[in-house]
Amino acid sequence: MKPEEYTRRQQELSGWPITIETYKLGDVYHCTIANVDPGARFARADGTTREEAEARAIEKATRYLAQTRKFEV
Amino acid sequence: MTTNTLSNVLVTTDWVAQHATDAGVRVVEVDVDTTAYDQGHVPGAAGWNWTTQLCDTVVRDIVPAKKLEELLGKSGIDNKTTIVLYGDNNNWFAAWAFWQLKIYGHDDVRIMDGGRKKWLAEGRDLSTDAPSFPSTRYQAGAPDLSLRAFLPEVQAAVAGKKASLVDVRSPQEFTGEILAPPGLPETCQRGGHIPGAKSIPWGKNCNEDGTFKSFDDLKALYAAQGISGDQPVIAYCRIGERSSLTWFVMKHLLGFRNVKNYDGSWTEWGNLVGAAVEKP
Repeated sequence: MKPEEYTRRQQELSGWPITIETYKLGDVYHCTIANVDPGARFARADGTTREEAEARAIEKATRYLAQTRKFEV
Repeated sequence: MTTNTLSNVLVTTDWVAQHATDAGVRVVEVDVDTTAYDQGHVPGAAGWNWTTQLCDTVVRDIVPAKKLEELLGKSGIDNKTTIVLYGDNNNWFAAWAFWQLKIYGHDDVRIMDGGRKKWLAEGRDLSTDAPSFPSTRYQAGAPDLSLRAFLPEVQAAVAGKKASLVDVRSPQEFTGEILAPPGLPETCQRGGHIPGAKSIPWGKNCNEDGTFKSFDDLKALYAAQGISGDQPVIAYCRIGERSSLTWFVMKHLLGFRNVKNYDGSWTEWGNLVGAAVEKP
Protein backbone atom coordinates (compact mmCIF):
# COMPACT_ATOMS: atom_id res chain seq x y z
CA MET A 1 0.00 0.00 0.00
CA LYS A 2 1.06 3.54 -0.55
CA PRO A 3 0.24 6.37 1.84
CA GLU A 4 -2.24 8.77 0.31
CA GLU A 5 -3.17 12.39 0.94
CA TYR A 6 0.04 13.02 2.89
CA THR A 7 0.16 16.49 4.44
CA ARG A 8 2.47 18.17 6.88
CA ARG A 9 1.87 21.64 8.28
CA GLN A 10 2.87 23.85 11.17
CA GLN A 11 0.54 25.78 13.42
CA GLU A 12 0.36 27.05 16.97
CA LEU A 13 -1.46 25.15 19.71
CA SER A 14 -1.75 26.47 23.27
CA GLY A 15 1.09 28.84 22.53
CA TRP A 16 3.45 26.17 21.22
CA PRO A 17 4.43 25.68 17.60
CA ILE A 18 3.52 22.18 16.47
CA THR A 19 3.69 20.09 13.32
CA ILE A 20 0.68 18.07 12.19
CA GLU A 21 1.35 15.15 9.87
CA THR A 22 -1.54 13.19 8.38
CA TYR A 23 -1.83 10.43 5.80
CA LYS A 24 -4.28 7.77 4.75
CA LEU A 25 -3.27 4.13 4.63
CA GLY A 26 -5.99 1.80 3.41
CA ASP A 27 -9.20 3.06 4.97
CA VAL A 28 -7.58 4.70 7.99
CA TYR A 29 -6.31 8.23 8.42
CA HIS A 30 -3.29 8.48 10.73
CA CYS A 31 -2.42 11.79 12.37
CA THR A 32 0.63 12.55 14.50
CA ILE A 33 1.55 15.78 16.23
CA ALA A 34 5.08 16.84 17.09
CA ASN A 35 6.46 19.87 18.84
CA VAL A 36 8.50 21.97 16.44
CA ASP A 37 11.40 22.27 18.85
CA PRO A 38 12.83 19.73 19.49
CA GLY A 39 10.60 17.91 17.01
CA ALA A 40 9.27 15.09 19.14
CA ARG A 41 6.03 13.30 18.29
CA PHE A 42 3.88 13.41 21.37
CA ALA A 43 0.29 12.82 20.26
CA ARG A 44 -1.33 10.66 17.62
CA ALA A 45 -4.76 9.42 16.65
CA ASP A 46 -6.54 7.55 13.89
CA GLY A 47 -9.89 8.22 12.23
CA THR A 48 -12.09 7.36 9.31
CA THR A 49 -11.69 10.89 7.98
CA ARG A 50 -8.84 13.37 8.04
CA GLU A 51 -10.88 15.73 10.20
CA GLU A 52 -11.66 13.05 12.73
CA ALA A 53 -8.06 11.86 13.03
CA GLU A 54 -6.70 15.41 13.36
CA ALA A 55 -9.37 16.53 15.84
CA ARG A 56 -8.59 13.56 18.09
CA ALA A 57 -4.85 14.11 17.88
CA ILE A 58 -5.22 17.85 18.57
CA GLU A 59 -7.42 17.12 21.58
CA LYS A 60 -4.71 14.87 23.02
CA ALA A 61 -1.95 17.31 22.16
CA THR A 62 -3.81 20.15 23.89
CA ARG A 63 -4.10 18.05 27.02
CA TYR A 64 -0.42 17.14 27.03
CA LEU A 65 0.76 20.67 26.29
CA ALA A 66 -1.26 22.00 29.22
CA GLN A 67 1.10 20.06 31.49
CA THR A 68 4.21 21.78 30.18
CA ARG A 69 5.30 24.52 32.57
CA LYS A 70 7.41 27.52 31.73
CA PHE A 71 9.90 28.90 34.23
CA GLU A 72 11.45 32.33 34.36
CA VAL A 73 15.11 32.36 33.44
CA MET B 1 27.18 13.55 1.09
CA THR B 2 30.36 12.68 -0.69
CA THR B 3 32.92 11.43 1.81
CA ASN B 4 33.63 7.79 2.52
CA THR B 5 32.86 8.35 6.17
CA LEU B 6 29.32 9.25 5.28
CA SER B 7 28.64 6.63 2.66
CA ASN B 8 29.64 3.85 5.03
CA VAL B 9 26.86 4.54 7.47
CA LEU B 10 24.05 6.17 5.51
CA VAL B 11 21.74 4.78 2.86
CA THR B 12 19.14 6.63 0.87
CA THR B 13 15.44 5.87 0.72
CA ASP B 14 15.99 4.79 -2.89
CA TRP B 15 18.57 2.25 -1.75
CA VAL B 16 16.19 0.88 0.86
CA ALA B 17 13.37 0.62 -1.67
CA GLN B 18 15.64 -1.51 -3.85
CA HIS B 19 17.39 -3.61 -1.21
CA ALA B 20 15.10 -3.87 1.83
CA THR B 21 14.48 -7.58 1.38
CA ASP B 22 17.89 -8.59 0.01
CA ALA B 23 19.62 -11.54 1.64
CA GLY B 24 22.04 -10.26 4.23
CA VAL B 25 20.12 -7.02 4.76
CA ARG B 26 17.65 -6.34 7.55
CA VAL B 27 15.75 -3.07 7.77
CA VAL B 28 14.54 -2.18 11.26
CA GLU B 29 12.23 0.65 12.34
CA VAL B 30 12.76 2.17 15.78
CA ASP B 31 10.46 5.04 16.74
CA VAL B 32 9.96 7.44 19.61
CA ASP B 33 6.25 6.78 19.15
CA THR B 34 6.23 3.05 19.61
CA THR B 35 2.93 2.69 17.76
CA ALA B 36 4.21 4.28 14.55
CA TYR B 37 5.41 0.94 13.14
CA ASP B 38 1.84 -0.32 13.21
CA GLN B 39 0.69 2.68 11.17
CA GLY B 40 2.68 1.36 8.24
CA HIS B 41 6.36 0.61 7.81
CA VAL B 42 8.87 -0.21 5.11
CA PRO B 43 7.74 -3.57 3.68
CA GLY B 44 9.84 -6.33 5.21
CA ALA B 45 11.12 -4.17 8.06
CA ALA B 46 11.27 -5.44 11.60
CA GLY B 47 10.06 -3.15 14.38
CA TRP B 48 11.87 -2.69 17.68
CA ASN B 49 10.36 -1.05 20.75
CA TRP B 50 12.91 1.12 22.52
CA THR B 51 10.98 1.13 25.79
CA THR B 52 11.02 -2.65 26.16
CA GLN B 53 13.57 -4.13 23.76
CA LEU B 54 16.44 -1.66 23.67
CA CYS B 55 16.97 -1.19 27.36
CA ASP B 56 17.15 -3.04 30.63
CA THR B 57 13.62 -2.78 31.95
CA VAL B 58 14.62 -3.29 35.59
CA VAL B 59 17.83 -1.32 36.05
CA ARG B 60 18.21 1.92 34.13
CA ASP B 61 20.72 0.78 31.55
CA ILE B 62 21.19 -0.02 27.90
CA VAL B 63 20.04 -3.38 26.61
CA PRO B 64 21.95 -6.26 28.22
CA ALA B 65 24.03 -8.34 25.81
CA LYS B 66 21.94 -11.49 26.18
CA LYS B 67 18.71 -9.62 25.54
CA LEU B 68 20.21 -7.98 22.46
CA GLU B 69 21.36 -11.36 21.19
CA GLU B 70 17.81 -12.69 21.54
CA LEU B 71 16.31 -9.66 19.81
CA LEU B 72 18.70 -9.85 16.89
CA GLY B 73 18.28 -13.61 16.67
CA LYS B 74 14.49 -13.24 16.47
CA SER B 75 14.94 -10.55 13.84
CA GLY B 76 16.90 -12.93 11.64
CA ILE B 77 20.11 -10.97 12.10
CA ASP B 78 23.51 -12.58 12.37
CA ASN B 79 26.88 -10.97 12.93
CA LYS B 80 27.39 -10.33 9.23
CA THR B 81 23.98 -8.82 8.47
CA THR B 82 23.79 -5.27 7.16
CA ILE B 83 21.36 -3.62 9.57
CA VAL B 84 19.58 -0.55 8.21
CA LEU B 85 17.83 1.51 10.88
CA TYR B 86 15.25 4.21 10.44
CA GLY B 87 12.56 5.85 12.51
CA ASP B 88 10.47 8.88 13.33
CA ASN B 89 11.73 12.22 14.65
CA ASN B 90 14.53 12.27 12.09
CA ASN B 91 15.91 8.98 13.36
CA TRP B 92 16.27 9.76 17.07
CA PHE B 93 15.82 6.20 18.24
CA ALA B 94 17.31 4.73 15.09
CA ALA B 95 20.47 6.47 16.24
CA TRP B 96 19.90 5.13 19.76
CA ALA B 97 19.80 1.60 18.34
CA PHE B 98 22.82 2.34 16.15
CA TRP B 99 24.80 3.50 19.19
CA GLN B 100 23.95 0.36 21.16
CA LEU B 101 24.74 -1.94 18.24
CA LYS B 102 28.14 -0.27 17.95
CA ILE B 103 28.71 -0.67 21.69
CA TYR B 104 28.19 -4.40 21.21
CA GLY B 105 30.42 -4.45 18.17
CA HIS B 106 28.10 -4.97 15.22
CA ASP B 107 30.13 -4.13 12.17
CA ASP B 108 27.71 -3.09 9.46
CA VAL B 109 24.99 -0.78 10.74
CA ARG B 110 23.55 2.04 8.68
CA ILE B 111 20.85 4.65 8.98
CA MET B 112 18.31 5.47 6.29
CA ASP B 113 18.88 9.15 5.66
CA GLY B 114 15.68 11.11 6.23
CA GLY B 115 14.05 8.35 8.23
CA ARG B 116 10.36 7.68 8.37
CA LYS B 117 9.48 11.27 7.52
CA LYS B 118 11.21 11.19 4.14
CA TRP B 119 9.86 7.74 3.30
CA LEU B 120 6.32 8.94 3.97
CA ALA B 121 6.74 12.26 2.20
CA GLU B 122 7.95 10.44 -0.89
CA GLY B 123 4.77 8.33 -0.92
CA ARG B 124 6.68 5.06 -0.82
CA ASP B 125 5.11 1.68 -0.09
CA LEU B 126 4.05 0.93 3.45
CA SER B 127 3.04 -2.38 4.97
CA THR B 128 1.10 -3.14 8.13
CA ASP B 129 2.18 -6.78 8.13
CA ALA B 130 4.61 -7.85 10.84
CA PRO B 131 7.10 -10.06 9.01
CA SER B 132 8.55 -13.17 10.61
CA PHE B 133 12.17 -14.15 10.16
CA PRO B 134 14.05 -17.41 10.47
CA SER B 135 15.83 -17.37 13.81
CA THR B 136 19.55 -16.88 13.84
CA ARG B 137 22.24 -17.12 16.46
CA TYR B 138 23.82 -13.79 17.32
CA GLN B 139 26.95 -13.28 19.39
CA ALA B 140 27.32 -9.83 20.92
CA GLY B 141 30.83 -8.51 21.46
CA ALA B 142 32.20 -7.19 24.72
CA PRO B 143 30.73 -3.72 25.29
CA ASP B 144 32.86 -0.91 23.93
CA LEU B 145 32.54 1.62 26.70
CA SER B 146 34.69 4.13 24.86
CA LEU B 147 31.40 5.15 23.22
CA ARG B 148 29.54 5.77 26.45
CA ALA B 149 30.03 8.30 29.24
CA PHE B 150 28.96 7.67 32.82
CA LEU B 151 28.36 10.28 35.50
CA PRO B 152 31.87 10.26 37.07
CA GLU B 153 33.42 10.98 33.70
CA VAL B 154 31.04 13.87 33.12
CA GLN B 155 31.78 15.24 36.57
CA ALA B 156 35.49 14.99 35.81
CA ALA B 157 34.94 16.75 32.50
CA VAL B 158 33.20 19.61 34.29
CA ALA B 159 35.92 19.87 36.91
CA GLY B 160 38.94 19.44 34.67
CA LYS B 161 37.62 20.81 31.39
CA LYS B 162 39.37 17.96 29.60
CA ALA B 163 36.34 17.14 27.47
CA SER B 164 33.82 19.35 25.70
CA LEU B 165 30.22 18.89 26.69
CA VAL B 166 27.56 19.30 24.00
CA ASP B 167 23.97 19.83 25.12
CA VAL B 168 21.75 18.85 22.19
CA ARG B 169 18.39 19.76 23.76
CA SER B 170 16.31 22.71 22.61
CA PRO B 171 17.40 26.21 23.64
CA GLN B 172 14.44 26.40 26.05
CA GLU B 173 15.55 23.23 27.79
CA PHE B 174 19.15 24.45 27.85
CA THR B 175 18.21 27.67 29.61
CA GLY B 176 15.85 25.93 32.01
CA GLU B 177 12.74 27.67 30.75
CA ILE B 178 11.17 24.25 30.33
CA LEU B 179 12.09 20.91 31.88
CA ALA B 180 11.11 18.68 28.96
CA PRO B 181 10.07 19.07 25.33
CA PRO B 182 6.57 20.58 25.05
CA GLY B 183 3.90 17.90 25.48
CA LEU B 184 6.24 15.37 27.09
CA PRO B 185 6.37 14.54 30.80
CA GLU B 186 8.77 16.46 33.01
CA THR B 187 11.36 14.01 34.25
CA CYS B 188 13.78 16.16 36.23
CA GLN B 189 13.75 18.33 39.29
CA ARG B 190 15.78 21.25 37.98
CA GLY B 191 16.16 23.09 34.70
CA GLY B 192 19.31 24.41 33.09
CA HIS B 193 22.42 22.69 31.81
CA ILE B 194 25.66 21.10 32.91
CA PRO B 195 28.22 23.84 33.63
CA GLY B 196 30.35 24.65 30.62
CA ALA B 197 28.21 22.78 28.10
CA LYS B 198 27.80 24.21 24.61
CA SER B 199 24.30 24.36 23.17
CA ILE B 200 24.09 22.70 19.75
CA PRO B 201 20.48 21.51 19.36
CA TRP B 202 20.25 18.16 17.60
CA GLY B 203 17.87 19.55 14.96
CA LYS B 204 20.66 21.65 13.51
CA ASN B 205 22.18 18.43 12.17
CA CYS B 206 19.26 17.90 9.81
CA ASN B 207 17.67 19.39 6.76
CA GLU B 208 13.94 20.05 6.56
CA ASP B 209 13.34 16.71 4.82
CA GLY B 210 14.98 14.85 7.70
CA THR B 211 18.25 14.08 5.92
CA PHE B 212 21.56 14.97 7.49
CA LYS B 213 23.26 18.16 6.45
CA SER B 214 26.37 18.04 4.32
CA PHE B 215 29.78 17.27 5.78
CA ASP B 216 30.87 20.89 5.34
CA ASP B 217 27.76 22.29 6.99
CA LEU B 218 28.07 19.91 9.92
CA LYS B 219 31.75 20.65 10.35
CA ALA B 220 31.00 24.39 10.39
CA LEU B 221 28.15 23.91 12.86
CA TYR B 222 30.41 22.28 15.44
CA ALA B 223 33.46 24.40 14.70
CA ALA B 224 31.39 27.50 15.45
CA GLN B 225 31.10 26.25 19.02
CA GLY B 226 34.74 25.23 19.24
CA ILE B 227 34.08 21.53 18.68
CA SER B 228 36.54 20.26 16.11
CA GLY B 229 37.26 16.73 17.27
CA ASP B 230 40.70 17.64 18.61
CA GLN B 231 39.67 16.86 22.15
CA PRO B 232 37.19 14.43 23.71
CA VAL B 233 33.51 15.29 23.37
CA ILE B 234 30.57 14.14 25.46
CA ALA B 235 27.05 14.67 24.12
CA TYR B 236 23.94 14.64 26.27
CA CYS B 237 20.24 15.46 26.09
CA ARG B 238 17.39 14.42 28.39
CA ILE B 239 17.46 10.61 28.22
CA GLY B 240 20.24 9.96 25.73
CA GLU B 241 18.42 9.38 22.46
CA ARG B 242 18.76 12.83 20.87
CA SER B 243 22.37 12.84 21.94
CA SER B 244 22.91 9.47 20.29
CA LEU B 245 21.95 11.17 17.03
CA THR B 246 24.50 13.91 17.69
CA TRP B 247 27.01 11.24 18.72
CA PHE B 248 26.34 9.53 15.36
CA VAL B 249 26.96 12.79 13.52
CA MET B 250 30.20 13.61 15.30
CA LYS B 251 31.58 10.06 15.36
CA HIS B 252 30.45 8.69 12.02
CA LEU B 253 29.66 11.63 9.77
CA LEU B 254 32.40 13.98 10.92
CA GLY B 255 34.85 11.29 11.96
CA PHE B 256 35.69 12.66 15.43
CA ARG B 257 37.66 9.97 17.21
CA ASN B 258 36.78 10.46 20.85
CA VAL B 259 33.04 11.03 21.20
CA LYS B 260 30.83 9.61 23.91
CA ASN B 261 27.13 9.63 24.53
CA TYR B 262 26.13 10.38 28.13
CA ASP B 263 22.83 8.50 28.24
CA GLY B 264 22.25 9.39 31.87
CA SER B 265 21.82 12.89 30.45
CA TRP B 266 19.66 15.54 32.05
CA THR B 267 17.35 13.05 33.76
CA GLU B 268 20.39 12.02 35.78
CA TRP B 269 22.22 15.33 36.20
CA GLY B 270 19.06 17.40 36.72
CA ASN B 271 17.95 15.11 39.52
CA LEU B 272 21.28 14.85 41.36
CA VAL B 273 21.31 16.36 44.82
CA GLY B 274 23.95 19.03 44.99
CA ALA B 275 24.96 18.94 41.31
CA ALA B 276 25.97 22.29 39.88
CA VAL B 277 23.55 23.69 37.31
CA GLU B 278 24.22 26.56 34.97
CA LYS B 279 21.44 28.92 33.85
CA PRO B 280 20.57 30.28 31.42
